[in-house]
Amino acid sequence: MTAALETIGLHKRFGALIVANDIHFRLDAGARHALIGPNGAGKTTLVNLITGRIPPSAGRILLGGDDITALPQAVRVRRGLGRTFQINTLFRGLSVLENVCLAVGEHHGIGGDMLRSLAARRAVLEGGYALLERLRIADDALTPVRELPYGRQRLVEIAIALGLRPTVLLLDEPAAGVPSTEIAIILDVIEQLPDDIAVLIIEHDMELVFRFARRITVLVQGSVLIEGTPAEIAADARVREVYLGEGHHG
Amino acid sequence: MEALISILFHGLAYAMILYIVSVGLSVTMGLMGFVNLAHGVFAMAGGYVTVRLMNAYAVPFGLALLVAFVAVALLSVVLERTLYARLYGAGELEQVLFTIGLIFMSVAIVRYLWGPSPQPVHLPAVLSGQIDLGIRSFPTYRTFLIVVGLLLIALLWLGVERTNFGAQLRAAVDNRRMAESIGIDTRRLFSLAFALGSGLAALGGGLGADILAIYPGYATEYLVYFLMVVAIGGLGSLRGPFVAALLLGFGDTACKYLVPELGAFFVFAAMIGLLLWRPAGLFGRA
Amino acid sequence: MHPIDTLLARHRFRAIELLPWLIAVAVYFVFGDYLPLGSQILIMILFALSLDLVLGYAGIVTLGHSAFFGVGAYAAGIYAAHVSGEPLSGLVLAACAAAVVGWLSGLVVLRTTGLTLLMLTLAVTALLAEAANKAGFITGGADGLQGMDIRPIFGLFRFDLFGRTAYLYCLAVLFLAWLFARRLVHSSFGRSLIGIRENTARMHAIGSPVRRRLLTIYTISAALAGVAGALLAQTTQFVGLTVLGFQRSGEIVIMLVFGGIGRLYGAFVGAGIYMIAQDQLAKLEPAFWYFWIGLLLVLLVMFARGGVLGLIDRILRR
Repeated sequence: MTAALETIGLHKRFGALIVANDIHFRLDAGARHALIGPNGAGKTTLVNLITGRIPPSAGRILLGGDDITALPQAVRVRRGLGRTFQINTLFRGLSVLENVCLAVGEHHGIGGDMLRSLAARRAVLEGGYALLERLRIADDALTPVRELPYGRQRLVEIAIALGLRPTVLLLDEPAAGVPSTEIAIILDVIEQLPDDIAVLIIEHDMELVFRFARRITVLVQGSVLIEGTPAEIAADARVREVYLGEGHHG
Repeated sequence: MEALISILFHGLAYAMILYIVSVGLSVTMGLMGFVNLAHGVFAMAGGYVTVRLMNAYAVPFGLALLVAFVAVALLSVVLERTLYARLYGAGELEQVLFTIGLIFMSVAIVRYLWGPSPQPVHLPAVLSGQIDLGIRSFPTYRTFLIVVGLLLIALLWLGVERTNFGAQLRAAVDNRRMAESIGIDTRRLFSLAFALGSGLAALGGGLGADILAIYPGYATEYLVYFLMVVAIGGLGSLRGPFVAALLLGFGDTACKYLVPELGAFFVFAAMIGLLLWRPAGLFGRA
Repeated sequence: MHPIDTLLARHRFRAIELLPWLIAVAVYFVFGDYLPLGSQILIMILFALSLDLVLGYAGIVTLGHSAFFGVGAYAAGIYAAHVSGEPLSGLVLAACAAAVVGWLSGLVVLRTTGLTLLMLTLAVTALLAEAANKAGFITGGADGLQGMDIRPIFGLFRFDLFGRTAYLYCLAVLFLAWLFARRLVHSSFGRSLIGIRENTARMHAIGSPVRRRLLTIYTISAALAGVAGALLAQTTQFVGLTVLGFQRSGEIVIMLVFGGIGRLYGAFVGAGIYMIAQDQLAKLEPAFWYFWIGLLLVLLVMFARGGVLGLIDRILRR
């Protein structure tokens, strides 16, 4: 079966510093995969390489079997690669609904329309609103994002990514900075993601990781240390040493 | 051959002025990300202080330059503490508008005080005329500019390499948050760097008064040159702007010498082309 | 009301949007002696409106918008002086010339950000000013371009000494440009420009071709600025080097910011008040005019970032 996403020998260095070292990584359709590792292990860098935010020094990236290594970010997104950001990256001056509708509009391919009538846009707005309902933030549809508490902004992050209807979704620490009382909402949302989406989640919260993931990859200093089922990872001595031993936040 | 020497010589003198005026701007951009379009105002102020002191009070050139350096550095630090500091972290547009406001005000003030025409520059007798350097004779004033410019640059580079202040400055430009976490007071550091940069600009304005004419349009007419030096050199770098200043100095002089009818056209076109090739500048981090 | 309807309603036409046009028509009948100034104001509104599209909506901080105004002015002027005095074809030509220059310079300028972008916008303008200065045989150089003979519009409406035709001509062109700009900013394309302004990184991450969108609006804006320049050339029958100056670029930014950016009507308020104040105050002591404008700008940045319209908003919300 073709992998939803695959990296082959992905390599990235900044000067003498190697931040991604020969990474072979595979995400099958419908995967629930977690990427863990201590701070500075290169997790976000890997996401940035996959999405094309930074170019790799060597290696290839395949999306649904097609080589996307040389494609610009925007094209990868249109081919089904969606992501969220570790630090909220939102349209702060716009309302929640407008935030999501920008993504939905791009997905419908009308983001560049100059003269289309409002009726065409209604479909986009309805699609965006349905997403807000799913994430239970529809009450704030017209609230400017910058006025929302951080936890709810995290949900907007996810809503924007879902508005793209991705086949592969990369979630970069979706629960980071969310008060523990609100983490349950994010967990629910992640668990209810459609089965056909392949999801890769980067997370420090081990409870979340072990509840959600069916496979786990451990990244240390830019290299893959081990990949396996949650049980295998929990039992591995090396993982305990480099990661769990230092506590959750490394 | 004669023409080439001439171009290199005049271009070098011009480059010195461009670099001394602009280097402070590169540091403010690199350190605080502040788009200070009014940087040229400090150079203009230095020029006016120098020339007015010489013309109206017969103050010697060297002393007038020193006064210009100190006065403008002090003035700039007052402005930095009271006004600039409120806009750190504000949007680029706010910074641009604020500094354009300063430009407009300063232009109106100098026009009111000393009129619209360029200030006459009466150089001391030792600096007028020609000096024989063996190969041929050169204008003394420009020779002086090159020597003083090189000395200043050597002093500046050594200072940034060797002193504690310089080490802190380099650390802060490199990674501000890291520098703060190891206890460097970046606010104070920036005030000092701002004062030094503005003082140098004033010195550049005064030294170069006979090349870049001191008149109310100074801060706007040469703005594009100062920005070019910084943009092409790469933000936050000391050496990059020097190379850029040399390129600009030689290029501009060569164009005006060889194809006077096309004036600065080629220089602008070449600089735009250069940035098309390397948008982050020659030594900038992409 | 459902949030979707609320959002859609924000894009619908509101009666207050008629106000500028009512004022403009009233001016024609009431202040007949001031029509030449009125035409100048309409031209500057159009120019500021074109700037609002790139600065206010797309968030491109430029100090070189006079490049396109100047190209439009020279294109229309040279066309009128050497080819034909027919005004409408002159306008179209100016729009095309400015659009080409906008597109070409946008290819370079929009690859960069921040200080480098500012520097490039200045450099492009300086380059064009230098070209206009040196190509005196066709542009008139430092003396300015003269000898235009503008023919009647549609062959019917002759430009009169009192500036009546000129005023109505400028008003009609501005109205059409406003209709177009209004449609544009309320379209998906216009919304995506706001997205780019608010967060460029996110626009990339949702699959938006950011640079292409920016280049498109830069070119459109250049064309509109070119039309404004052409109107100035045709109505005053003169083009001087100042159309390409830093002063004009700076002033138009100030007018727009003074009115309020990213609002479409900031251009009307800002350019209107600025031009009238300049006409009244600059007569007294022209040197001081720029001092006060500079001071106003500093105060505006410190205390009233939304401009006049932003202040009105804040007062209404209390």
